Amino acid sequence: MNLRGLSVLLYKELLRFYKVWLQTLLAPIITALLYFLVFAHALEEQVQVYSGVSYTAFLIPGLVMMSIIQNAFANSSSSLIQSKVTGNIVFVLLSPLSYLEFFLAFVLASMVRGVVVGAGVCLVAVLFVSLPIHSAMILLGFALLSSAVLGSLGIIAGIWAEKFDQLAGFQNFVVLPLSFLSGVFYSIHSLPPFWQAVSHFNPFFYMIDGFRYGFFGVSDVDPWLSFGVIAVSLCLLAAITLFLLKSGYKLRH
Amino acid sequence: MDAAITVNEVRKHYGKVQALKGLNLTIERGEFFGLLGPNGAGKSTLINIIAGLVRADAGGVAVFGHDVVRDYRHARAQLGVVPQELVFDPFFSVREVLRIQAGYFGLGKENDPWLDELIDALDLSDKANVNMRALSGGMKRRVLIAQALVHKPKVLVLDEPTAGVDVELRRTLWQFVKRLHRDGLTIVLTTHYLEEAETLCDRIAIIDHGTLIALDHKRALLEKVTGARCRLIVTLAAPLKAVPESLSGMLKQQEGVRLEFQLDKGRDPIMSVLDALRAAGGVLVDLQTEETDLEDIFVELTKRKRT
Ligand SMILES: Nc1ncnc2c1ncn2[C@@H]1O[C@H](COP(=O)(O)OP(=O)(O)O)[C@@H](O)[C@H]1O
Ligand SMILES: [Mg+2]
Repeated sequence: MNLRGLSVLLYKELLRFYKVWLQTLLAPIITALLYFLVFAHALEEQVQVYSGVSYTAFLIPGLVMMSIIQNAFANSSSSLIQSKVTGNIVFVLLSPLSYLEFFLAFVLASMVRGVVVGAGVCLVAVLFVSLPIHSAMILLGFALLSSAVLGSLGIIAGIWAEKFDQLAGFQNFVVLPLSFLSGVFYSIHSLPPFWQAVSHFNPFFYMIDGFRYGFFGVSDVDPWLSFGVIAVSLCLLAAITLFLLKSGYKLRH
Repeated sequence: MDAAITVNEVRKHYGKVQALKGLNLTIERGEFFGLLGPNGAGKSTLINIIAGLVRADAGGVAVFGHDVVRDYRHARAQLGVVPQELVFDPFFSVREVLRIQAGYFGLGKENDPWLDELIDALDLSDKANVNMRALSGGMKRRVLIAQALVHKPKVLVLDEPTAGVDVELRRTLWQFVKRLHRDGLTIVLTTHYLEEAETLCDRIAIIDHGTLIALDHKRALLEKVTGARCRLIVTLAAPLKAVPESLSGMLKQQEGVRLEFQLDKGRDPIMSVLDALRAAGGVLVDLQTEETDLEDIFVELTKRKRT
């Protein structure tokens, strides 16, 4: 393992978003807070999801996880498409870094970006409403696993897309709807049975549900089930990503 | 293990285009090797396959005996590649870019003195802390060369490094690359400037349409043609109504009073050409002969192959 090479690539990927932190860190935190303010204000009086949990409190874990999901995905996918379009991907491809090292660096950078944005949203939100923490370990576990899943998915999308608009398409037609329709703003128990069943096929649902469990100790499904679904998704996506990287698909064409 | 690069029956196609049609080539350790060919000949494709940026459909390439696909770590550690496109990472300064590139090869602070040497040798000292975006094209080209050398490779491959570069920079780059060669580096230079290959390279390969059409020492390559051929340029007092039938096969170019012939020394004596011109009513004003240079060989060979 070329550990130094791996850590330098990780460092470069971190610097890449850190140097433009206004867009990559601050902007998504503000977006999440806008959702929070609008929805909390509009629905606070009408909705009670779990007994003893205010709607505003219920909303926060979902928004945090949604931010983690979207930013982890955005990080690896946009870094890749940028390097591909500008051509500077060759610098990594010319180096002796293995596909595994490449994978790890990109996924780790995505995890950092996802978790930093998530933590930022969380920190600002608790200024408005106090949140219980049922288990910090569970929170961290779900945050890390979920961001890894999205980091990996981002690599796949970044490899597949040849233009920015293809990537934007992937983001707008896959990642965004799946993350919105995963119970960020509601408990799926409030949905008609058909849509409840459909939600169970959305892996993002388990990320949000498990994450919420970390705060309140209550959730729609067993957190172990959520954990299992996410872990399996991660293994599956990691395998696909590593296979693509190894084959050189669209990168060493 | 004396070969720096061996290319074995390499094939590559893009859709219907056969970019490389089973190429074989051996580049020796310590050589200054020229890879010539017109645009679209397949030079970059070959270099990208050597570099591992493109996978061959068939055949194999080894760098100092290390297969570029199976044993890519060793192959890439020995190889420095300057890509044809002026690519750069807009997020970083020159020094950052070099540090990062060295880092990919597993090198850290201990390598900084070498990076300083590179910065100095390529005249980048003033720009070391400037963002890549703010550099001129020529400067970016130099950084690309430095980037290819951060890990002290044994082979340096340059893909048209002087395309679109001004004369002065071209000369500086030549000097620099010559120095690297003297210091023991194997150099592979792709170009379509023949002058460049002629002045720098020991051996030259010419490829066209994905096949190797000539491979020899520069001198031998020149002799192959200059021994037998020469160019005759004739200026007449007035344009001819018609060039005599007997000369049409040798005529290369006709611009008013200026006629250019390509002669086979053994077969077409100059005197008989002049006689034929005179017989057709031409009045000679000036006469010039020229030995062929690489340009002619190039044109000749690529033309011969096509027909
Ligand atoms: N990525 C690509 N996609 C499709 N065709 C390509 C690609 N790269 C090269 N080619 C084609 O392969 C042939 C060889 O190109 P190239 O190796 O770039 O030539 P050279 O470097 O000698 O100018 C050309 O016909 C070119 O159009
Ligand atoms: Mg080329």
